[in-house]
Amino acid sequence: MTEIHPLTLQETAHVAKLARLAVPEDRLPSLRDQLAGVLGHVAKLKAINVEGVQPMTTPFTQVNRLDDDEPGPCLDISELLRNAPAVEGRYLAVPKVLAEES
Amino acid sequence: MSAMWVDATAIRDAVRARKIKAAEVVAGMIAKAKSANAKLNAFHEILEEDAMRQATAVDDAIAAGRDPGPMAGVPIAVKDNIATREGHTTCSSRMLENYRSPFDATCIERLRAAGAIMLGKTNLDEFAMGSSSEHCAWGAVKNPWDISRVPGGSSGGSAVAAAAGLCGVALGSDTGGSIRQPASLCGCVGFKPTYGRVSRYGLVAFGSSLDQIGPLAQSVRDAALTYACIAGVDARDSTSAQIAVENPLAQLEQPIKGLRVGVPAEYLSDANDPQVNALVRSALDRLKANGATIVPVRLPLTDVGISIYYVIAPAEASANLARFDGIRYGHRAAAKPGQSLDQLYASTRGEGFGAEVQRRIMLGTYVLSAGYYDAYYGRALKVRRLIKAEFDKAFESCDVIAGPASPTPAFRAGGMSDPLQMYLCDVYTVNTNIAGIPGISLPIGAVRSDGASLPVGLHLQAPAMADAALLRAARMVESLHPEAAVKPTL
Repeated sequence: MTEIHPLTLQETAHVAKLARLAVPEDRLPSLRDQLAGVLGHVAKLKAINVEGVQPMTTPFTQVNRLDDDEPGPCLDISELLRNAPAVEGRYLAVPKVLAEES
Repeated sequence: MSAMWVDATAIRDAVRARKIKAAEVVAGMIAKAKSANAKLNAFHEILEEDAMRQATAVDDAIAAGRDPGPMAGVPIAVKDNIATREGHTTCSSRMLENYRSPFDATCIERLRAAGAIMLGKTNLDEFAMGSSSEHCAWGAVKNPWDISRVPGGSSGGSAVAAAAGLCGVALGSDTGGSIRQPASLCGCVGFKPTYGRVSRYGLVAFGSSLDQIGPLAQSVRDAALTYACIAGVDARDSTSAQIAVENPLAQLEQPIKGLRVGVPAEYLSDANDPQVNALVRSALDRLKANGATIVPVRLPLTDVGISIYYVIAPAEASANLARFDGIRYGHRAAAKPGQSLDQLYASTRGEGFGAEVQRRIMLGTYVLSAGYYDAYYGRALKVRRLIKAEFDKAFESCDVIAGPASPTPAFRAGGMSDPLQMYLCDVYTVNTNIAGIPGISLPIGAVRSDGASLPVGLHLQAPAMADAALLRAARMVESLHPEAAVKPTL
């Protein structure tokens, strides 16, 4: 590990929130240290000259391939709903999304 | 041929020649897999009923005079992040504990059409994130050569099944070495084809620009046979290449005349286990003595690969795994009164994902977040292009690049508590995925460590779409190492 990235506990908690992960508070310090360790290693990248280099998002060269717009068979709805944690009739059941009052 | 060491090609030949029924092969394999699994934990699920049904169908086809296909009767062990209609598809995660796929992955469809038999689903590091198969919700997988050691990962269950002869051939997935590193640590052949060569439809996405499905096998020929059945364009994967697949079996047994083997000094680092370096050097000597030319090449960005891999792969994973929110499928946390939808997502994901998956999601979220995107993700993508360019340059003077698949043989279970140390195991395999080129690991011998005999794999890489040539070169290496074909005692 060359340098430890100064990641704070508060930042770690914020990243967990952005990632929609409920992390118990007592796990934050070890998570912070582990993430900081990896980020410290990753900091090697800063030493590499990338001036004028185009980013490479994929090794695939045949991009923007389009298929003909033809209807085909799709998966069976009842089979898909079999995996749902909660259903009401033919619908997925979710907790109330809108608050009672604004 | 009942409880024997038989490879996929031998099974196929015997079944097609009516020397044995597919049902007998499959029943024998199920018994062997069940008994070994108590010790090794390679399989999460053995699909006994379905496997016997498929085997009977193959036997019926043969009896009716129909062609049973090029993999007739071959039992396949499938990594549990590849969707199968039969059984579950759990990714070794609590998140998908009860998930049943409503469809077969394209590679499964193709193997079924070729007469192969889906035998069961194998354990992995949760969502394919790991190098030891210890991060598995259904318990750690054990190395068949020494059960106190790890089999490597993330395709650890598939590597064990192939190395211990608990299947004809196994399927794995490789995002940064997850086929090749466990193959090296378990003593089987592990082949990651060129990115885009095998459809990813039905592979649960981890790093979409890196993931590729491939075989883990008892021989190079079996790997080539399996690859020949699953490779090729698929309308359901827009990143599958529209380039004809060269038949890898056509010239497999013909050595490549004047094969040029590139050897980067960076690959034989002093940081490797010295016994591993010695075996790699000896393999190169044998190749040279048999007409190959050894060409020194330079890949100075080798050790930077881990740095950009642990930006790009977590970034892609954090986006891909956002779909696991407890709404449409998978685990959902118990609702609490007054809880918002966001809180339900967070508690579902906090409960459903294991520690390593959570770490990687957070790492990916961090490097993609406002203010850090350019410094980490943007920069990593630029270095990715430099690594690709470095390979292109090296391949101007050689046909394949050789080195160790893993810097060490199998390490002890529980021996790597620091995640970063574990990540560094993949130093020689991640750049293959970063550049999108094919790579293969095959056994070249074993080293002694604390009384155990531990296999070592040679890693060969080739230019994109040169998969058939890579397999041919691997077959040459294999034929020069007959002593490496030993099997673990079960």
